[in-house]
Amino acid sequence: MALLEVKNLDVRFAVRGGDLTALRGISFSLDKGERLGLVGESGAGKSVAAFSILNLIAKPGYIAGGQILFEGKDLAAMSERELRKIRGNRIAMIFQDPMMTLNPVLTIGTQMVEAILAHRKISKKEARAIALDRLQKVQIPSPEKRLDQYPHELSGGMRQRVIIAIALLLDPEVIIADEPTTALDVTIQAEIMDLLLNLCEQENVALMLITHDLGVVSQVTQRMLVMYSGRIIEQGPTRDIIDNAQHPYTVGLISALPQMGEPGARLFQIPGSMPSLKNVPTGCPFHPRCDYATDQCRQAMPDYVHAGNVDVACFEVSKRMEQEKHMQEERS
Amino acid sequence: MTSPLVEIRGLEKQFDLSGSLLEQITFKDGRFQRKQEAVHAINGVDLQVQKGEALCVVGESGCGKSTVARTVMGLLSPTAGEIHYDGKRIDNLKGRDALPYRRKMQMIFQNPYASLNPRMTIQQTLEEPVRFHQPDLSQSDVRAKVQEVMQSVGIDPDWGSRFGHEFSGGQRQRIAIARALAVDPEFIVADEPISALDVSIQAQVLNLMMEAQETRNLTYLFITHDLAVVEHFGTRVAVMYLGRVCELADTKSLFATPRHPYTQALLSAIPRLEDERPNYIRLQGEVPTPVNLPSGCVFHGRCPHANERCRTEVPKLIATDANVQVACHGVEEGRL
Repeated sequence: MALLEVKNLDVRFAVRGGDLTALRGISFSLDKGERLGLVGESGAGKSVAAFSILNLIAKPGYIAGGQILFEGKDLAAMSERELRKIRGNRIAMIFQDPMMTLNPVLTIGTQMVEAILAHRKISKKEARAIALDRLQKVQIPSPEKRLDQYPHELSGGMRQRVIIAIALLLDPEVIIADEPTTALDVTIQAEIMDLLLNLCEQENVALMLITHDLGVVSQVTQRMLVMYSGRIIEQGPTRDIIDNAQHPYTVGLISALPQMGEPGARLFQIPGSMPSLKNVPTGCPFHPRCDYATDQCRQAMPDYVHAGNVDVACFEVSKRMEQEKHMQEERS
Repeated sequence: MTSPLVEIRGLEKQFDLSGSLLEQITFKDGRFQRKQEAVHAINGVDLQVQKGEALCVVGESGCGKSTVARTVMGLLSPTAGEIHYDGKRIDNLKGRDALPYRRKMQMIFQNPYASLNPRMTIQQTLEEPVRFHQPDLSQSDVRAKVQEVMQSVGIDPDWGSRFGHEFSGGQRQRIAIARALAVDPEFIVADEPISALDVSIQAQVLNLMMEAQETRNLTYLFITHDLAVVEHFGTRVAVMYLGRVCELADTKSLFATPRHPYTQALLSAIPRLEDERPNYIRLQGEVPTPVNLPSGCVFHGRCPHANERCRTEVPKLIATDANVQVACHGVEEGRL
């Protein structure tokens, strides 16, 4: 059984004039110690997906259907009280902006001890020892001094290390990291990503990494999901998708990277932009930007097909696969 | 080599932190003391932008790259040093004298949500600079000009009556580019123009900028932290660290053989699609504060190859190859 299994999750936002669907039929699973990447552009629904796992989507957002099974129990059906035992304890989260996560008027030590005491019945002294141990794990220079410092006394990279240390406080099974390095410089990003990866491996923690950076995904994760307009359009082993993407959107996204083009030549570009939730096109949401769009794409939502190790939701890909199968049959 | 279009000579820029005289004075050990502090944002930068090229300035936050852009544009006045445009010194020009350069030099900013006036329609936004710089043009000529630039950046001229908030981030950046192009500039400073955009939109805007460069014969000073974009877009690259240029080279040589230890670390930190694990040169510590600059080479505290000379003597940019200049004692001495 998978550690975390999301089945057919629908998330909507109740606004004037009807509901907006932010997530449509999201299904994926995360095994113990596995690292999963969630990729997509702004508005694709990656953060909503991450937040809804711990039922953290704020009103008017709500989970309209589906299950979120963590060790077999449905988080979507749990009471707030039960959920609180899991948040930060079994499943921890890391957010993009460390300044927003840390309380500016409390010392690092106070915040860490508070988080431990919320879940464990131990003395303050023992809690402080755990906090110190985690700060050492994230390789912060002079960790004892940091416990008594305030967030503003630390640099951006150091703050993100503290956030990772807080996430590790209670030995979680899963860490959900929402764009943890987007606000950082490249050299700091490389250090933080390396640290996160090593810690997850050492402690056998599963990682769900939300990012828009395909380079980071390929360095850190084993499997990945590509999201577009609230749907998972492709998922499978990271290497398979990076090296041999199937869905026209994924192919476009990878080809549009400057490193894929000849220097000085025009980059591959996907025309248009992601539809807003207010007017998601009928059928496949990508069809207005897709070169392969047919009437079928404009009317019906494609189902997932297996293309090798990868699951893809695209009529064009399934058509291609049928043709291949046909040719193979003819040959034999 | 022909004379450069834009030349930056010995540029320095400091931002005073100490406030008014009263704030500077403290009473300590029985007497009054005056203390002044400044952020040393740029500490002696020499750069030349050749006609028709795209010179990229890269570096991490706080290295002074945006300050260079703003000083070149005249948005900030330099503490020391000179800016020359087409052979004429422009940093000391005022009012009417500066006007022709305001037209020839245009700027594109990072955040198209902040750089478009929310209370002006797109038509007004684009017409304003044309009217200002070419007051003799008739109403219909202005309209024709605006139509032409809108078309060239892929914005439907019929959308002129809309406001900025009605457009997506990518479209807004196109409008910002159109505004820069509307007065037929020769030189464009682009400060992180695609950093706020999504990958698929970044490609659209980069393509647009390259197209404009070819059709309008533009010269770019392109400020960015994204090295993958530089590799694709830049003719030459200047790598900055703590207000100094540590390496200046043509794009191909810089990416093929980075020489300065900081450039090497910076390049190794780009996450690449073909990597299966993070794979980078680890630097010690963090960027020091620009308030108290390190002595000697500004990078020496983090450099694995630093020796006594690096701690005391400031390295100069020295040509090591035809198109490569490096400011590093180790490279100069052949140690690296």
